[in-house]
Amino acid sequence: MKIMVAIKRVVDYAVKIRVKPDKSGVETKNVKMSMNPFCEIALEEALRIKESGLASEVVAVSVGPTQFLETLRTGLAMGADRAIHVEAPEKIYPLTIAKILKALVDVEKPGLLLLGKQAIDNDQNQTGQMVAGLLKWPQGTFASKVVLDKEKQVATIDREVDGGIETLCLDLPAVITTDLRLNQPRYATLPNIMKAKSKPIKKFTLQDLNVEIKSDLEVVEVTEPPKRKSGVILSSVDELIDKLKNEARVI
Amino acid sequence: MEEWKATCRLLTHCKHLFHGRSTPNFQRFCSSGCRCHFNQPSESIKPYIGYYQQELKSFSRPLVSLCMNQWNRCRSQYRLFASQATIIQRRPDFSTISSEDLSYFKNILGEIGVVQDEETLDAVNTDWMRKYKGTSKLMLQPRTVEEVSQILKYCNSRCLAVVPQGGNTGLVGGSVPAFDEVIVSISHMNKIISFDKVSGILVCEAGCILENLIAFLDNEGFVMPLDLGAKGSCQIGGNVSTNAGGLRLLRYGSLHGSVLGLEVVLANGTVLDMLGTLRKDNTGYDLKHLFIGSEGSLGIVTKVSILTPPKLSSVNVCFLACKDYASCLKLLLEAKRKLGEILSAFEFLDHDAMDLVLKHLEGVRNPFPFSMHNFYVLIETTGSSESYDREKLDAFLLNSMENDLISDGVVAQDITQASSCWHIREGIPEALMKAGGVYKYDLSIPVEKMYDLVEEMRVRLDASAKVVAYGHLGDGNLHLNISTPQYDDNILSQIEPFVYEWTSKHKGSISAEHGLGLMKANKIHYTKSPETVQLMASIKKLLDPSGILNPYKVLPPSLFTKS
Repeated sequence: MKIMVAIKRVVDYAVKIRVKPDKSGVETKNVKMSMNPFCEIALEEALRIKESGLASEVVAVSVGPTQFLETLRTGLAMGADRAIHVEAPEKIYPLTIAKILKALVDVEKPGLLLLGKQAIDNDQNQTGQMVAGLLKWPQGTFASKVVLDKEKQVATIDREVDGGIETLCLDLPAVITTDLRLNQPRYATLPNIMKAKSKPIKKFTLQDLNVEIKSDLEVVEVTEPPKRKSGVILSSVDELIDKLKNEARVI
Repeated sequence: MEEWKATCRLLTHCKHLFHGRSTPNFQRFCSSGCRCHFNQPSESIKPYIGYYQQELKSFSRPLVSLCMNQWNRCRSQYRLFASQATIIQRRPDFSTISSEDLSYFKNILGEIGVVQDEETLDAVNTDWMRKYKGTSKLMLQPRTVEEVSQILKYCNSRCLAVVPQGGNTGLVGGSVPAFDEVIVSISHMNKIISFDKVSGILVCEAGCILENLIAFLDNEGFVMPLDLGAKGSCQIGGNVSTNAGGLRLLRYGSLHGSVLGLEVVLANGTVLDMLGTLRKDNTGYDLKHLFIGSEGSLGIVTKVSILTPPKLSSVNVCFLACKDYASCLKLLLEAKRKLGEILSAFEFLDHDAMDLVLKHLEGVRNPFPFSMHNFYVLIETTGSSESYDREKLDAFLLNSMENDLISDGVVAQDITQASSCWHIREGIPEALMKAGGVYKYDLSIPVEKMYDLVEEMRVRLDASAKVVAYGHLGDGNLHLNISTPQYDDNILSQIEPFVYEWTSKHKGSISAEHGLGLMKANKIHYTKSPETVQLMASIKKLLDPSGILNPYKVLPPSLFTKS
């Protein structure tokens, strides 16, 4: 079985985010970019499935400008066997990505499509669900545990829901999106980084896949959250009561 | 993004709650937190503090009865741990604080600047390792250089001994009183005065906390030329006074290079304005260098002007494994050649240090879970172009692998991975504290001989203690730590004076970056010639004739006893 993993390049999670002065988005120039952490978890899970002998190949795919190749190289250095890069502008919305992924699934025919539950830049949390819909495959989102049964061709996943764990059984092929607690991604080791240099990265254009970029969404404005005001130290209970009554108006 | 961060925080918190353990970032937060609020130690270090206190009590009990009768006039300071217990006497010519003194200080500083509250004093009398404890009854908190000047002028005339204190993060007992010296804390002098965005020259007051300066400069697109583990509480004035080294020295050089000017108050209250902001200034003797690294024994630094380099966007960290020490050295040479201008840190730790960190610090991730190695090297590069730096680093790593200099390695793919690599190296001191007693030595030794000392020490101590070595290999600085379940004079006599003699024999320094403080004031002759020490004593006598500034420290007290 082949596993396809979608990965996205985002502003590193440890970087302090700055909004562009014109409020059109977040500053990405001269900012450290890394693989989206949830995508990293998805890739790690795919590699673990392969290492346990349940899959034969892991293919990492990414959609974006040339710089996304670096992120794909990271994926290859972690252990993916090969990669696919779909050349596209940076700002594309989930539905288009889902269409692209569907087109790639039609080409590659994987038995499992793994994605991060969401990317930490836009927090959309839609791509996995949309691609499952387009493919008419079963979906297991927010997976915190994944168990494959090769014989029965089913995947059993745990998902964290309010108040407990929900366990789902999916027929393969299926789409699984991964949550934080699923695993801890590995480091890229030196030998693997060196090996990754010679692993193939196949390139597609949007025309090749017959997908058009269209979006019904428009970003109106991106702004920083309001700054938290610093607290004050009060000297007496009376003062506190006064503040609660007259300023906070809660009593 | 926010959700990811929030989830991480939640996870961290849960882990902490359920296992009493924490992840790298949290651990770091914790350790700096402890230092910031030392008088209110967090739960995580309380057991250790208790442990040290117990140690302290049992150690000093026999002495109590001995000294009780003369307790007020002639108290003795015992070096509690870490160095052979030598006893120094309080200098009888120093006065004790009178009520007139207190009202004078209150007059110039106001009530708020004169601290006599016991709890606060307890914290500032104790160094952060809890090795040294003074009995000062007074801390002064001036807010301006004039106030510092008035304090010193008065103390000098009254012959009141003074210990200047910054963040109190020193490791050699230099920042706490030996007896009842007046503590002059510069914490309230924490204003940034100016910053020149073109030249990168920062002028600030001495009480600015290093981490705040780092954060301020980060916004301006610059970095401090020094970075150290204690950044959350150490202050720039203290950094300058102790000539702190740290993790970036390899790249940006020592403070003797980056400090451009100082404002210093001498013992008699004279304010020396040497606060230049010039890179080049050859007019007479460059006196500021006297105050960089003199540990507050010549004057109190009140303002600092420092050259800061621009912040570069591309940082790479790799954590490598080497089979032997010789490979580490070859790797260092290769790194200097092949990485050249982008090399910004070259740190090493040995197998025992790694073992200790993995055992005692929860949340640390072993980059090589399937194999143990003899040596580990952390290399950091900092440059201006991501792709160019990466290409250089990859070529260097490939070459080193082909030449068998490294047996395994990982390259951090994002900032989180980079911080967990750093956490291993930076977490060693904390792991050592958790492991029990620790004898710390901070040595400069020619790199090719450096590890011989560690091996000889292992042979000497055999199974009685664990010898742990790590340090700034790129700067020839070894942190030799001997970890024991508890402090033991027999072990100490095995270590000292052997370690000093060995270092001296190999033309090393017994204090690379920690300073001499109280711990090593009597050991200076292992590194400096008698003539040099004599000249130092003359300079001290010239600048501070009554010897009120940070007495008993840096130079052997015997040089100043009045006969």
